[in-house]
Amino acid sequence: MSRIAARFAALKQEGRKAFIPFLEAYDPDPATSMALLRGFPRAGADLIEIGVPFTDPMADGPTVQRAGQRALKAGATLAGTLAMVRDFRREDDATPIILMGYYNPILSYGVERFCTDAAASGVDGLIIVDVPPEEADEVEPAARANGLDLIRLVAPTTDEERLPRVLAATTGFVYYVAITGITGTRSATTEALAAAIPRVRRHTALPIAIGFGVRTPEQAAEAARIADGAVVASALIDTLAANLDEQGRAKPDAVRKVLDQVRELAEAVHAVTAPA
Amino acid sequence: MNKPLPNSLRQGPDARGRFGPFGGRFVAETLMPLILEVERAYDAAKKDAAFQAEWRRLLTHYVGRPSPLWFAERLTAHLRKAAAPGMGAKVYFKRDELNHTGAHKINAVLGQILLAKRMGKTRIIAETGAGQHGVATATACALFDLPCTVFMGATDVERQQPNVFRMKLLGAEVVPVTSGAATLKDAMNEALRHWVANVQDTYYCIGTVAGPHPYPAMVRDFQSVIGEEAREQMMEAEGRLPDALVAAIGGGSNAMGLFFPFLDDETVAMYGVEAAGRGVDTEEHAASLTKGRPGVLHGNRTYLLQDEFGQILEAHSISAGLDYPGVGPEHAWLHELGRVNYVHATDDEALAAFQLCSRLEGIIPALEPAHALAYVMRQAPAMPADKVIVMNMCGRGDKDIFTVARHLGVKL
Repeated sequence: MSRIAARFAALKQEGRKAFIPFLEAYDPDPATSMALLRGFPRAGADLIEIGVPFTDPMADGPTVQRAGQRALKAGATLAGTLAMVRDFRREDDATPIILMGYYNPILSYGVERFCTDAAASGVDGLIIVDVPPEEADEVEPAARANGLDLIRLVAPTTDEERLPRVLAATTGFVYYVAITGITGTRSATTEALAAAIPRVRRHTALPIAIGFGVRTPEQAAEAARIADGAVVASALIDTLAANLDEQGRAKPDAVRKVLDQVRELAEAVHAVTAPA
Repeated sequence: MNKPLPNSLRQGPDARGRFGPFGGRFVAETLMPLILEVERAYDAAKKDAAFQAEWRRLLTHYVGRPSPLWFAERLTAHLRKAAAPGMGAKVYFKRDELNHTGAHKINAVLGQILLAKRMGKTRIIAETGAGQHGVATATACALFDLPCTVFMGATDVERQQPNVFRMKLLGAEVVPVTSGAATLKDAMNEALRHWVANVQDTYYCIGTVAGPHPYPAMVRDFQSVIGEEAREQMMEAEGRLPDALVAAIGGGSNAMGLFFPFLDDETVAMYGVEAAGRGVDTEEHAASLTKGRPGVLHGNRTYLLQDEFGQILEAHSISAGLDYPGVGPEHAWLHELGRVNYVHATDDEALAAFQLCSRLEGIIPALEPAHALAYVMRQAPAMPADKVIVMNMCGRGDKDIFTVARHLGVKL
């Protein structure tokens, strides 16, 4: 069983929901993002999403865009991101890691080589934003051969006709994009989510996590109540960005402040109970 | 090139929107249903005689088509002076700079706005580099009473002030984009982001033969009016097909429009001229086919300027319209097949051609076709005098006089 399936199964058994924090690799420097990555599980992360920096992040709002720019300036590469995961795996063999990014850096690395190296480094799943199911044959064979889950985005625009096709191409869990929009901008209403998630559920037995516009502990708890997990990205990056000095370096307590926020969000999600 | 050519090069793209390995639909899930909707709507419109008739009516009475095919006699004579005896091809200009709004962009914009109306969309967004596509879109939106938002890199807003003012006069909102290098690539990113957030009521009017399927094919189809006319006009003028076609390449819409109707005519050579900026051996150019390699950006697989890690590089050209690190996927395919020759011209060569054309033909070209002309100036003297070249004069230079003046050290 993959780490992702194992983690969701364990959570289900405990009647708990998943909290999934996000960090952009190398933002604002490798050491700080490594410290965040190491700190996430103790602060309550059930799974972790790592953003792979790209010059042209089409689906991301200003917060993640700027994080990517800081990271690239700090020398971020796909290989460097995999090295972070390898370091992390030396002390944590249970927390699933999902890489989220865009296709071109993977293409440039070589799809097969990337999938081999990612799996060997301890990556569990991939979200490749600009590879929809229509183009899935580009990565599916190599990902499958290496035991990597391909987590797909389902959006409010994904209609009934399309849902089965998108879900058939999904493994690990389903990432429900809460809004028609980019990351870190607006938030979905409870009513919208309460209507959307059962619609997806009818077509899949996979766990569903909600992301995009989930910022506060209240919103995270809400998402957890309706689905199986909540992803928070921009709100954490905003905290990190607010704790950089004028040269863009992390202030001494930047990591602690982000981890405090992770703890708060995780507690809110874990306070939600579900029937086992 | 030993690869056998397919029977026809005019069949693409396939059902997945691919030209050979290039093209496709590399967009986020949120956009995917909308892209499919555009594809369905366009397929239906293509077969609808009423849609085609309305578009043609606009081209005739609003745009002023057909644009003339002009024998550039003085330029031809000038180039023959420096050529060996018996050499120096005849040069014709396909005069799309005479279109309403001053460039070829309006051809595809009107087609797309009609499509948007047909789809029930109530607002239009567009990206623009030099501002020509933005002006064309703002124009069509004024005509059809649709709100229009144009995304333009902040750098381009600075260097293309006249077009920014023009768009505003036409009632459009111009949004300066500050991310990245604040040029065309970033404007396209921002337009895509805005579209994702406004999928229900908004149509994205793309200015070139790039983006996710069906845009490269759709914009090409609309722009093919250029080549269809040129073909007919050349038969009338010379009683035969031209020997060579030359067009500038940024995203590649004017070139695709001229080339496409001739792709299966083996005797017609084709030259796409990329912007070499300060030289293709420097880091400041926009020659994606000459110096780039295949990758995925803005919804399609194509040749891109990128570093060894797949990060996209900034392009450079004196011409804001060519300042793009990618190129339409059909060009990438024609490049690999060897059907079209992709060459390049520098900023300085384009500036020289710009001035020469103004003086010899009384036509001030845009900096984009000035690149094509720079290549014509090299190629024509190397061809026998009985050969014929058609160059796409795809835009007029009014928008560029400030840039050119600055480069020539003239204060306006």
